Amino acid sequence: MKKMKSAIFRMICMAAAVWLLAGTSASGSERITINGSTTVLPITQKVAEAFMKEYPHINVSISGGGSGNGIKALVDGTTDIGQSSRWIKPEEVKLAVDNGHYPVPFAIALDAIIPVVHPSNPVDNLSMDQLKAIYEGKIRNWQEVGGEDRSIVIISRDSSSGTFGVWSDVALQGGRPSPRAQLLPSNGAITQAVSSNPNAIGYIGIGYLNDSLKAISLAGIEPSYENAASGKFPVARTLWIFTDNWPKGNTLLFINFALHPEKGQKYVKESGYVPLY
Amino acid sequence: MSTRRQAKELLIHIFFLVVGASGIIILTLILLFLIMEGIPIFDTVSVKDFITGTMWYPTFDPPDFGILPLIAGSASVVVLSSLIAIPLGIGSAIYLAEIAHPKVRAVIKPAIELIEGLPTVVIGFFGMVVVAPFLQKWFGLDTGLNLLNASIMLAFMAVPTIASLSEDAIYSVPAHMKEGSMALGATHWETIARVILPASLTGISTAVILGIARAIGETMVVLMVAGGAAMIPESIFDPVRPMPANIAAEMGNTPFRSDHYHALFAIGLVLFVFTFIFNMIAAYLAQKHKQVGAASL
Repeated sequence: MKKMKSAIFRMICMAAAVWLLAGTSASGSERITINGSTTVLPITQKVAEAFMKEYPHINVSISGGGSGNGIKALVDGTTDIGQSSRWIKPEEVKLAVDNGHYPVPFAIALDAIIPVVHPSNPVDNLSMDQLKAIYEGKIRNWQEVGGEDRSIVIISRDSSSGTFGVWSDVALQGGRPSPRAQLLPSNGAITQAVSSNPNAIGYIGIGYLNDSLKAISLAGIEPSYENAASGKFPVARTLWIFTDNWPKGNTLLFINFALHPEKGQKYVKESGYVPLY
Repeated sequence: MSTRRQAKELLIHIFFLVVGASGIIILTLILLFLIMEGIPIFDTVSVKDFITGTMWYPTFDPPDFGILPLIAGSASVVVLSSLIAIPLGIGSAIYLAEIAHPKVRAVIKPAIELIEGLPTVVIGFFGMVVVAPFLQKWFGLDTGLNLLNASIMLAFMAVPTIASLSEDAIYSVPAHMKEGSMALGATHWETIARVILPASLTGISTAVILGIARAIGETMVVLMVAGGAAMIPESIFDPVRPMPANIAAEMGNTPFRSDHYHALFAIGLVLFVFTFIFNMIAAYLAQKHKQVGAASL
């Protein structure tokens, strides 16, 4: 009995040793960690895949936990690159500098945020004032903007998301959305909610647009990649990646790759965003 | 020799003391952390404005940190889901313990307990893609993601807990009490209503409170189906934003150690107080109506 026990113990020890060795050999190769906004995530994922093909000895690990988390990780020094769908806030800069880190921004892509409705809704254009009035709860029926006699269900992103920040700055001009607005946590949830509700209006990143939704033109400007890249479409934003101090070594290699018009930027379009060039 | 044995005894004693106390230690640490991260918000808003404010606009300038709509959201969801879950849960418990054939019971009880193990994200998804369009069409509503939908889904989660624990309580009522009642000429229904239910009241109340406590803290389901509007509901078809959903939705994007961040922890503290009160009530009821043999009736 005792013999068998010690045999099992030896086996466990060996397994643990093998696992440990495997672990050290993997971490022996070089690593870049990226953390932050789920909006930027599809871009960095595609870029990282291509990057790892070109530089097989570098391992890029990406996690998405929101813009705030990405910048927090950079401030804590737990990530090489923080990705954010909004500009860094003054208090975050202060916290970073206090901790001895200096966030340096790089624009990686553009994103257009477009208003969407159910495909059965006849409305296809709204003025900026109408959009603002709808989100503030002043216009409550589609009839008032040339649609059917249906009440309007306002769907919005959570007030802490980067997408909401841009939306409230540009579409609401700093105004507050009606408390009746339903706040949903992701682009996917908004797509689901709007595509299943003929009364609803929501907004999503241009990359999430599909056949189950109808995009609305704003002040006569169609939400297209061209209009977003030229800056004509009113609700567009820059997506950022931040590094701690000016990037060096592998991080610099990755940033150069991501910003290269024929390399990284190619994947920006593939992930549904607007490339810089 | 005996000192060695005593030392060994002492070591084992300490080991089990640490294991036994670890729950309390961890709970205390969590509470401390909640308080430390939550209290700083009260430099910006007073406790009264925080609890009774009706506007939740944490990211605007100037921000509003009023969580009354969130408290109202949590409370309304819990009350409505209790109204659905308690009769259903106790009803199925009575059926299983008293009326069902033992063979039926052997099938249904494990099935009910199996529902308890369903991941809440699955229940939430079901509510979002099946129940929401159904409610919207059936009642002609603006939106199917609302208070009623969330309450039905939470009731669905609470019923197994209530049914299974109540059934245990009812089943353990001593047989001679039931037989005594029958021998005095009471019908089966009279026996259930006047003898068995009062005798198992402690177990049933504990079951109900544990079931509801699960509904208060539940996050995923309410995040997915409650609609998420930070308003005080005026009807059961209004969308609401319960506290756990609010914390889960906003925490990821909040700047670290900002007012908003501290406000979310303060909401966590309020939520902790709520569940703590519920558990105290459960403990109190269990203590007060403790059944000592058959003599307590």
